[in-house]
Amino acid sequence: MEQWARFLEINAPRILELTLDHAVLVSLAIVVALLIGVPLGIYLTTNEYLAGTVLQVASVTLTIPSLALFGIMIPIFSLINKGIGFLPAFVALVLYSQLPIIRNTYTAIKNVNPEMRDAAIGMGMKTHQRLWRVEIPNAMPVIMAGIRTAVVLNIGIAVIAAYIGAGGLGVLITQGISRGDNYLIISGSLAVALLAIIADGLLLLIQKRFTTKAVVE
Amino acid sequence: MITFNQVTKKYSSEKTAVKNVDFTVDEGKIVVLLGPSGCGKTTLLRMVNRLESITEGSIVIDDEDSMDLDAIELRRKIGYVIQSNGLFPNMTIEENVMIVPDLLGWNKKKKTERFTYLMKLIGLDPKIYKKRYPHELSGGQQQRIGVVRALAADPPVMLMDEPFGALDPIIREKIQDEFLQIQREVKKTILFVSHDIDEAIKMADKIMLLRDGEIMQYDTPSEMLTHPKNDFVNQFFGKDRAIKSLSLHTVKDLQEVIGLAEMDESIYDTKTINVNQDLRNTLSMLLNQEADQVIVTNDEGKRIGSITIDLVQKYLHFEIKGKLSVSQEG
Ligand SMILES: Nc1ncnc2c1ncn2[C@@H]1O[C@H](COP(=O)(O)OP(=O)(O)O)[C@@H](O)[C@H]1O
Ligand SMILES: [Mg+2]
Repeated sequence: MEQWARFLEINAPRILELTLDHAVLVSLAIVVALLIGVPLGIYLTTNEYLAGTVLQVASVTLTIPSLALFGIMIPIFSLINKGIGFLPAFVALVLYSQLPIIRNTYTAIKNVNPEMRDAAIGMGMKTHQRLWRVEIPNAMPVIMAGIRTAVVLNIGIAVIAAYIGAGGLGVLITQGISRGDNYLIISGSLAVALLAIIADGLLLLIQKRFTTKAVVE
Repeated sequence: MITFNQVTKKYSSEKTAVKNVDFTVDEGKIVVLLGPSGCGKTTLLRMVNRLESITEGSIVIDDEDSMDLDAIELRRKIGYVIQSNGLFPNMTIEENVMIVPDLLGWNKKKKTERFTYLMKLIGLDPKIYKKRYPHELSGGQQQRIGVVRALAADPPVMLMDEPFGALDPIIREKIQDEFLQIQREVKKTILFVSHDIDEAIKMADKIMLLRDGEIMQYDTPSEMLTHPKNDFVNQFFGKDRAIKSLSLHTVKDLQEVIGLAEMDESIYDTKTINVNQDLRNTLSMLLNQEADQVIVTNDEGKRIGSITIDLVQKYLHFEIKGKLSVSQEG
């Protein structure tokens, strides 16, 4: 215990800083992933043909081992002299988030009660009116579930980003491993877990705040 | 007024859901599309607001061919009610009811006034229900909201696809009565799908009986019951409780409600029946034309009037259409 206290006394500022780096990297990646994935998922509901292909590609992306994907980023971004660091990690995380976000958005809207959709069309709503007023609001819980999955997934994967010099909590763990320092490994891992739990809880709160009870059910 | 001109619907080359249907729904009347499941009722209905395309023929609504209008515009002029009410769970009751007025760009004041009027029509306090959500309402209340939502922008035409089909019998009858009362006030031209014979007889000015996408008969309920055009119609209504229920009523009941006809002393070929005779037997006697005139006698054997098929029809109609219309007219 005493040793833990001394460890934290020395390392707390650094852990905090790395946690913040980690959160910033994941947040930025998620924001960009949302800006791409949600509209794409919505659009795909109106284009069956493309939907199959895109979902397939997104599925394949998620099966690439994270270390391999980061590895692929290095030569690609070397072309613009940014082979290691923030940018390749950021792009990899955006790619990883696409599947849960696109797929959940797409299925959520597809699964809106067909009678509700029928009523909306029958009353004379145009496609965009139907999407904004009926389908998206009622699909919100499932879309949010996709976003939460992506966030938690990315918080974990971002640990690997340390290997390509993107910083974050992975730094503590990799250093811990190379130095055989259990304090570093444990504190890094705990910080990652805590970050994931807090982020998920926050998003759940936001989701509840912005959807009516009936929709959640 | 809605006119169907030789309307045919083919879902595929093998699947013809509606065949050469030709009929008119008069202004302010309720026509019930009746028939077994899969006979094409829903398809027929959904061609009117172009949720289904028309393969052949045309549908004319108040002198305008439905295909000449923009589909969106057309739908906003037609009230649409479905069985599962189709209310949107993310919107309050007021938002739900005011969807079409909102799409049409009504101002806030006009919308509020209309909402208040509509809620009073169905006996729900607008102040209380305004901010509620659909899931906070009972099934019957939700269905009422579904109905007034279709009425919101005061469309001349309404399409109702088994609107009360999911409700339990007691609530269903109540809502049917309530809707007939509303219809007396709003006088919409209504196409109403049902597979329930009792409901059809009760709600319809005219019934259209369909089989495999073809019209079997298009007539008033009493005409349908008394003069079925073919075996199918006969059998379809044969199972019907409405006529069977005539056996629960007597000539006396009929006399009390609508009165008997005058006796015609010049007719020679007469038969007599007792005032306590049930109407089912009376009707079969009348239909079998056992005599030119059927005289009713009371318990003391005194001749008190005569009875005709028309009177039984009228009674049937009144009994099933509810005591309400009788008391208003009598
Ligand atoms: N979208 C569709 N594609 C192919 N066949 C259909 C479709 N909708 C309905 N049908 C068929 O058309 C016939 C009439 O259906 P419908 O109008 O729903 O009947 P009802 O409302 O009287 O039960 C049925 O045989 C049904 O299977
Ligand atoms: Mg149907």
